[in-house]
Amino acid sequence: MGEQLAFADVSFSYGDKQILDHFDLRVEKGEFVSLIGPSGIGKSTLFQLIAGLLEPGQGEIRLGSVAVANRLGQVGYMPQRDQLMPWRTIVENAALPLEIKGMKKKEAHERVRQQLPRYGLQDWADSYPAQLSGGMRQRVSFLRALFSGAEMMLLDEPFSALDGITRMDMQEWLMEKWQETGSTMLMITHDIDEAILLADRIIVLSGSPITKPIELTVPVSRPRTASSRNQAGFLALREQIWELLRQERQAATKPLRREA
Amino acid sequence: MMGRGIWFGISIAIFLLVWEAVCRFFGVPPFILPPPSAVVVSLWDLRASLVGVHLWATLQEVLLGLSISIVFGISLAFAMIRSRIVERLVYPYIVISQTIPIIALSPVFILWFGYDLSGKIAVTILFTFFPIVVNTYDGLRSTDKEMLQLLKTMGATNGQIFTKLQLPSSLPHFFSGLKVAATYSVAGATIGEWLGASEGLGYFGRRASGNFQAPALFASVLLLSILGMLLFWLVGRIERHFSPHMKTKGEQQ
Repeated sequence: MGEQLAFADVSFSYGDKQILDHFDLRVEKGEFVSLIGPSGIGKSTLFQLIAGLLEPGQGEIRLGSVAVANRLGQVGYMPQRDQLMPWRTIVENAALPLEIKGMKKKEAHERVRQQLPRYGLQDWADSYPAQLSGGMRQRVSFLRALFSGAEMMLLDEPFSALDGITRMDMQEWLMEKWQETGSTMLMITHDIDEAILLADRIIVLSGSPITKPIELTVPVSRPRTASSRNQAGFLALREQIWELLRQERQAATKPLRREA
Repeated sequence: MMGRGIWFGISIAIFLLVWEAVCRFFGVPPFILPPPSAVVVSLWDLRASLVGVHLWATLQEVLLGLSISIVFGISLAFAMIRSRIVERLVYPYIVISQTIPIIALSPVFILWFGYDLSGKIAVTILFTFFPIVVNTYDGLRSTDKEMLQLLKTMGATNGQIFTKLQLPSSLPHFFSGLKVAATYSVAGATIGEWLGASEGLGYFGRRASGNFQAPALFASVLLLSILGMLLFWLVGRIERHFSPHMKTKGEQQ
């Protein structure tokens, strides 16, 4: 194992609002890390910094243990809503990052077609996104993210728009894919169960600005299934995270009242 | 879709029958309102000049005017997207131009471009240019912000963002502008012909109106309407050709 992603002493502000203050984070190669925290704390900002859409005001961000100035085009980003282009077929959508990297269209499509059976999408290759269910669309979005940057995958609440049953299916599916690809995955979620079920480690973000995140190791053995949710370690961790988030919310609402 | 066509056919048939019946039973003078049968007869009698000369003349003006508007409209919209300076300089005029009564401006264009073909083309451009520019520009500008960010994370260059995102996502806007422009183009050419011409359906209709030849006038109006509808339909066909995903929209799961 080696380091895949690191924030070293990173500070970042949006205008006057400081989001990160001397923030440190380290993710190992092949690790699955869940990020959880109250909404509006700056989780998306964190992702935008990793993807290279934003640059830190201070400190450095390392990818694969080297400080990379231009990180655009190096990570796989799976957005909250699938963001598939309605005018492109499934193959064309998944091939987009390859085309952007300069691969010939024909070759890119060929590479996508080879992968489709593993994603249960072979019968939908030439369909348009509007014809697919929400879960299938997210699988296409995942495949597209892999082609963009399989080594470091950023999953931004990938299942939040899906119904409960599909969501549980997709969580198990994602565990499988994570094993298969060996990718490093960083996932934002609001769902404590989802965070625990999938991750090796959970990072609870708190404070404004975020300084020292709370890191928790998930004590549930792999392989995990839906019934792993009933293990004692799982339940205890869920309780602990819930308590942390509750404290955070109480702390956050107090200054608001003072302002009002 | 088939069912809709049948219903439309039925409603048209009823409309024509009622029209015909009103003309016959109430003895409406044919120079005020000719019965549809008289319009059809007139269309048949005058087919050589109506279709052979006047429809052809109007079609030329419409197609040339519309084509020039498309080329320059798209170019201007691209220029405004590409350059902030062009946008700042030109956009206010485009907004203002929307409020100017273009019919009032038409004689000015005839004055400048003359009574021959170029004058009518100029008036047609006057009518069709702005819907194309405004819709294309708005389409190019209305790119989904999240999609844009996603493309950037993939390392897309500005050129790639333009061709792979902005351009295709602006197509529906462009085509809705073109549909408006297609119907306006017939109006533009007609007005151009009213203002001074020796051929064209607008010229023919005005002359028929002056001579109280109502059936001939209605025949020219009918041809102009059909021309407008055909152009509108054609744009729809082209749009579906360029955006095949729209065909499948009805089969969503």
